[in-house]
Amino acid sequence: MPKQEMVTIYVMGKAYKVPKDLTIMDAMEYAGYQFIRGCGCRGGFCGACGTIYRTRDSYKLKVGLACQTVIEDGMYLTQLPFFPANKATYNIRKIRPTTQTLVKFYPEIMRCISCNACTKICPQDIDVMSYINAAIKGDNEAVADMSFDCIMCGLCASRCPAEIVHYNVALLARRITGSKIHKRSSHLKERLKEIRERKFDKDIERLMKSSEQELSKMYYDKKIRDIEPR
Amino acid sequence: MYPEYMLESIKRLKATRKERMEQKFPMRTPKQKEELLKGFHPDYIASSMRTLKVGPNKGDKTPHELANLLEAYPVLDLSKLDLSRPDRDVDVLIIGGGGAGASAALVAHKAGANVLVVTKLRIGDANTRMAQGGIQAADKQNDSPVRHYLDVMGGGHFKNVPELVRALVLDAPGVVAWLEELGVMFDKEPDGTMITIHGGGTSRKRMHAARDYTGAEIMRVLQDELLNRDIPRVEFAGATELLTDGNGGVSGAVLVNLETGEKLVVRAKTTILATGGCGRLHIQGFPCTNHYGATADGLVLAYRAGAKLAFMDTIQYHPTGVAYPEQIVGLLVTEKVRSIGAHLVNLQGNRFIYELESRDITASAIIRECKERNNGVQTPTGRFGVWLDTPLIEILKGAGTVKKSLPAMHHQFERFGIIMDKEPILTYPTQHYQNGGILINDRAETGLRNLYAAGEVAGGIHGRNRLMGNSLLGILVFGRRAGNTAAKAAKAIKQKPKIGLGHIEPFVAELKKAKIPEGRKSPMLLPDYRRPEMRRPYAFLTQ
Repeated sequence: MPKQEMVTIYVMGKAYKVPKDLTIMDAMEYAGYQFIRGCGCRGGFCGACGTIYRTRDSYKLKVGLACQTVIEDGMYLTQLPFFPANKATYNIRKIRPTTQTLVKFYPEIMRCISCNACTKICPQDIDVMSYINAAIKGDNEAVADMSFDCIMCGLCASRCPAEIVHYNVALLARRITGSKIHKRSSHLKERLKEIRERKFDKDIERLMKSSEQELSKMYYDKKIRDIEPR
Repeated sequence: MYPEYMLESIKRLKATRKERMEQKFPMRTPKQKEELLKGFHPDYIASSMRTLKVGPNKGDKTPHELANLLEAYPVLDLSKLDLSRPDRDVDVLIIGGGGAGASAALVAHKAGANVLVVTKLRIGDANTRMAQGGIQAADKQNDSPVRHYLDVMGGGHFKNVPELVRALVLDAPGVVAWLEELGVMFDKEPDGTMITIHGGGTSRKRMHAARDYTGAEIMRVLQDELLNRDIPRVEFAGATELLTDGNGGVSGAVLVNLETGEKLVVRAKTTILATGGCGRLHIQGFPCTNHYGATADGLVLAYRAGAKLAFMDTIQYHPTGVAYPEQIVGLLVTEKVRSIGAHLVNLQGNRFIYELESRDITASAIIRECKERNNGVQTPTGRFGVWLDTPLIEILKGAGTVKKSLPAMHHQFERFGIIMDKEPILTYPTQHYQNGGILINDRAETGLRNLYAAGEVAGGIHGRNRLMGNSLLGILVFGRRAGNTAAKAAKAIKQKPKIGLGHIEPFVAELKKAKIPEGRKSPMLLPDYRRPEMRRPYAFLTQ
């Protein structure tokens, strides 16, 4: 085996030599860290491992998910696994959405000073400031659409001088959009009625009583189980 | 960015694209399927499993990695623990804060029960959050729950427990409607019609999605609802043992605070296990798609208390895990990529299997292509994989489809310089799902009184192979059923139950009799990925 090339990373200021090309998460584990906080799905979906770092020769603050970001030599990092967040309480069924709904539950969005720090720090590359703008205007659907990739890591909230918790505003907007703005499915309602009327019970009962051989025959019979084209 | 030598194979893939688009690829016959499975599916490697010597499934086969946890001594010695003053007294204790636990909590809470949700990480830290492709429900005119039933049974090789499949397919439309009402943003046409697609083994397009964040979208809504209703919850508390009443019933659990090591004794009239799967055991050394916490804890706890498990000799390997780049090897490339048109293509640029066969068949075909036929593409680290021709989606469904329908995937590869709407991606099977689990009935009851199970930890629903989109569905169908049954059962229990650890001693005696090595401990709670010389027990186990 060729000798592994090593680089130095600084975890909360402390230097560790770790193999090059690892993700931040793998590198920290290599160094000996055991994760309880700061590690979740390890696949970029859960927002547990938001990490802030700087690299040599740059004043810029960078950000990434520890499970998805490859280390660089001289990387100077800290994780931010949790950030205290304000969350409004509501009964989604009772909300009748207007342009004022988001402002009503999260009045602090009006304090946005358009500094764009939220957008700059988002590891999902979401244009956070724009959706807060849309929230101020009361456009629930636009907020929902723009924020859809949010994994609720909380980094935006950590940087906001107006103390907005962006991801909770977006979550409310999406729930309003999903339940009140998008049309409900009529075919779904019809199917529920048929199920209540027990339309399928007999046929399912029959299948439940069928032997493996009988089921297999039906399963492979193109007349009984034809396949809708892709 | 792909190394130079891999670009050769990509050239061949591009050259055959037009021809492949015309090609009709037949489904495998039952006989061909059997040959593929027996020859190449990892479950059929006899040496990968062993026969259990101890416990309710004595005599059954299961992978070594799981057997090592089932046949193991308690990770914490609780014999000196004071059980006379429980820290919490509840109607329904729910262990696990993923989709099954959250839905069970919402339903039980609504039924008036005093509920406590405990989880070893954060609420919402679960495989649910990582499910991308969709959730099945037969709610279209050309479809029916009867069809869904037959598809599920075929996928599971007709071994599934019938009453569980009935519950699954008949509850499905109701589950989707419930989510819709809670505000889950399903992909829809402007008139409200659900946009549905195929999954492997479906005869109708019944996969409902929320872009490729389906599970994440469902989880963040359920989580929000738990908070809105202020349902009591404890995070970073791992269950190490169930409590039993000395009379064959379960009556709570002992938890350990992962940050401080403090123990928490919860007495409960009913207990729901919603602890998820076992991907982090890395069966046969496979990488996995699973959450950090997927360590089979619920199986261990229930097994020790005497609950029977089902189908524990079958693990689902998702056909398309990432094979390159190395940093994200094993992560999921959702089946949706194939549902919307991508071909599986080998080193030579040829297709070798119909892309929407059920997962066990497709995974076996990929393994055959790489291992037997030497048609796999080798990565710089020595792995093999086959291409998923993702740019084809743009040709079939229009420019921009990849970014619109698969934003999470696109973003994930983009981070490593691979633009998947322009270049194909390399994939290989990865450990994905535990097909079996604690055997339940259609009320989510286990074999033990007052113990319920829901989600991936429960077994019997999917038989020997689960279809895409039936895990998110199963999680919610049986989560809701468990919440409902447990709340009702708790109401009928008037007195606080007895609590004890009486089931441990005879189990330990059995272990000793079977000469199980004393160092073998479980549950695992969290995996250990430090380099070998740095590994030692977690602090919360020694505090």
